[in-house]
Amino acid sequence: MEVTRTKVEGDLRVRQLKAQQLLRGELEGEDLERQVEQRLLFTRFEEAQNWARKNALFPLGFGLACCAIEMITVIGSPRNDVSRFGAEVTRFSPRQADLLILSGRVSIKMAPIIRRLYEQMLEPKWVIAMGACASTAGMFNNYAVVQGADKFLPVDVYVPGCPPRPEALIYGIMKLQDEIMGDPAMGWRERYRAEGTEEVA
Amino acid sequence: MTDLDRSGTTTEALSVPYRERERSVTMESMGEQHDELLTINIGPHHPATHGVLRLLTTLEGEIVRDVKPIIGYVHTGIEKSCEDQQYWKVIPFVERMDYLSYYFNAMAFCVAVERLLDEEVPERAQWLRVIHLELNRIASHLFWIATGSLDIGAITMLWWGCRDRDLVLDLFEMSGGQRFHTRYFQVGGVVEDIPPGFEEMTRAFIKTMRMRIPQYLSLLDRNEIWLQRTKGTGIVPAEDLLALGVTGPLLRAAGVPWDLRKADPESGYRSFDFNIPVGAVGDNYDRFRVRVEEMLESLKIIEQALDGLPEGPYITTNRKVALPPRHELATSMEALIHHFKLVTEGFRVPPGETYAAVESPRGELGCYVLADGSAKPARVHVRDPSFVNLQALPEMARDHLLADFITCIAMLDPILGGVDR
Amino acid sequence: MPDATGLELIAQRVREKVGDEAVTGTLYQRRHATLDVAASSVHDVLAYLRDAEAEPWEHLMSVHGVDYLPEEPRFGIHYQLLSMERADRLNVRTRVGIDDPHVPTVVDLYPTADFQEREVFDMFGVVFDGHPDMRRILMPEDYEGYPQRRDFPMGGEPVIYTFNEPQLPRWYD
Repeated sequence: MEVTRTKVEGDLRVRQLKAQQLLRGELEGEDLERQVEQRLLFTRFEEAQNWARKNALFPLGFGLACCAIEMITVIGSPRNDVSRFGAEVTRFSPRQADLLILSGRVSIKMAPIIRRLYEQMLEPKWVIAMGACASTAGMFNNYAVVQGADKFLPVDVYVPGCPPRPEALIYGIMKLQDEIMGDPAMGWRERYRAEGTEEVA
Repeated sequence: MTDLDRSGTTTEALSVPYRERERSVTMESMGEQHDELLTINIGPHHPATHGVLRLLTTLEGEIVRDVKPIIGYVHTGIEKSCEDQQYWKVIPFVERMDYLSYYFNAMAFCVAVERLLDEEVPERAQWLRVIHLELNRIASHLFWIATGSLDIGAITMLWWGCRDRDLVLDLFEMSGGQRFHTRYFQVGGVVEDIPPGFEEMTRAFIKTMRMRIPQYLSLLDRNEIWLQRTKGTGIVPAEDLLALGVTGPLLRAAGVPWDLRKADPESGYRSFDFNIPVGAVGDNYDRFRVRVEEMLESLKIIEQALDGLPEGPYITTNRKVALPPRHELATSMEALIHHFKLVTEGFRVPPGETYAAVESPRGELGCYVLADGSAKPARVHVRDPSFVNLQALPEMARDHLLADFITCIAMLDPILGGVDR
Repeated sequence: MPDATGLELIAQRVREKVGDEAVTGTLYQRRHATLDVAASSVHDVLAYLRDAEAEPWEHLMSVHGVDYLPEEPRFGIHYQLLSMERADRLNVRTRVGIDDPHVPTVVDLYPTADFQEREVFDMFGVVFDGHPDMRRILMPEDYEGYPQRRDFPMGGEPVIYTFNEPQLPRWYD
């Protein structure tokens, strides 16, 4: 979306009247053109929809283990504050949430419950695997931990760390926002000037 | 008692306390009629963010008659994993059990292994350990008050508690490199000395907290809703708590002055002068006040420790247990051999078993270590306070309203990582 | 901790009051006192230590299990007793083998043993006779196997290094 900002003439009341006239269809000719140039934004519907979605993520209030403490710090602490990205409203009912932040180790007893929660969430929904334990079971290579949440859930963003710093989680949320907008940053492809390449196994 | 009209705005009604008002409206008449019990599942995923705890609650109307906790949803098999790691590698595993009081887990384990090795910890290391333990106690209580108040409804405390907890985590980052699970405690001492700015920042923190804790009290302690919700709810007599094995602030709130820092002091707690807050009645209000007072006492301990911090090594000089300092590796052959041996195989502990206990913010945290002579422990078991304290939940919640039940859980302060290990 | 002579005196008193075959030994190492008892008399010994002993141990802090695998009998159940009056701890240990892993429960004496005995059952398979609710507590209800035993495999996935990379299944298989 292209956003250009220009100084508008007139004070607030004048602008309000002009906007009213535009909506009623009373502006003609040059007035109409000037008003449209200055005050309207053109974009595709999907982009606008994605822009709205990414800036109003509702995380599901779901914490498993130590990463949950960092997640609560992200949501609750004034220093690392996720509400500047619009994601502060943690809904506890999965029907009302659209972002599942898996924070903590997923044990085999908990995995079916998380799957059920994920299925109860409505489309569109995203999953962030926060921490090493949710991404790949971290240090717990044993009988009781599911070796990575992506064994039973599709994961969009993996945030490494044990536990990841709040800044890291916010970076993960921002990456998810980019992905929602439709252009996920490929990161290393740009850095190594490898755009347009693909992996051959 | 006058009749309440629907809006309850008669002046006589306003002078009646809140609890009596709600009792007169709904409960008495329904209490006798309803004898059907409803069992609901307060499932593993619920807003009281104490982790994944599942409670099978049997309700009669809105009164809780029975609670059965079902746990195991974060069971990570840490104790089994520890059997496969060298002793110093066990420390990160054990730290992640009770994930809010990570230094205490590491401390219990290190004390147990040091007992098995008959290792003497230098005094500076002991005092540094005490400083970090008390800072962790404050951080844990701050998080408890943040989430506990969130459950009860005083949401401002969430922001304030997290804000001040960030200050403590900054201190941990200065000394240990990471905010959480810093692996700072090692067998024989601490992994590194504190950096130069640590002491000033800690003193500044103490000053800030001394100003902030009265602010928390002024927000909560004179709040009518908070007092009505916590006073008189969740009372369990002290004998029942002792029979259930409950320790920590829950027990002290019921009037039993048992604190391992005074009774069985480990590692330097002997040299400090502090009080143990003890409650009178044993209700949720006492538990809340005991923990807030404990935060103030911890500030005292940290101040005394900073004032009298002795010079000396920060880890034991026994090269068979602790890594030699890096600059020695260039000059001394034995240092190189010790370093190599410790990093690849680890130190061996002579066969034996021991149980060491420390006073964590939730109670007695004990660590049992069985050594079989090799470099890996044969059994590490952690007696977690939350696991045992959870057995007191049915007693606390019996015959209470569901809202008081949530208050009881908040004041019980369970940490599910420790419960499930 | 009681010192070595104190431990011997306790063992002697227990032998007198409960029975000679109850106490199978004492162990004192590094200021940690352990009283070995026979599996069938655990309840009587703990009842004696709590009520009738001259210096009673009123609190049970921890019940935990150990698998001493190469040694027989294989499983050890430790009862960590505490006396708040004297700030003293005593460890009572009993050993059971895998062919008859039954121990009488002490839930009636110390209600704190409820969850802890369930955990020992869950992790080791030692059944506590008389426990009101002997089920698994940490593992899922229908799990087979007792994880904390020494011969139970660690589980998990093999770690992919370069030397075993071709043989291990990839994530996209």
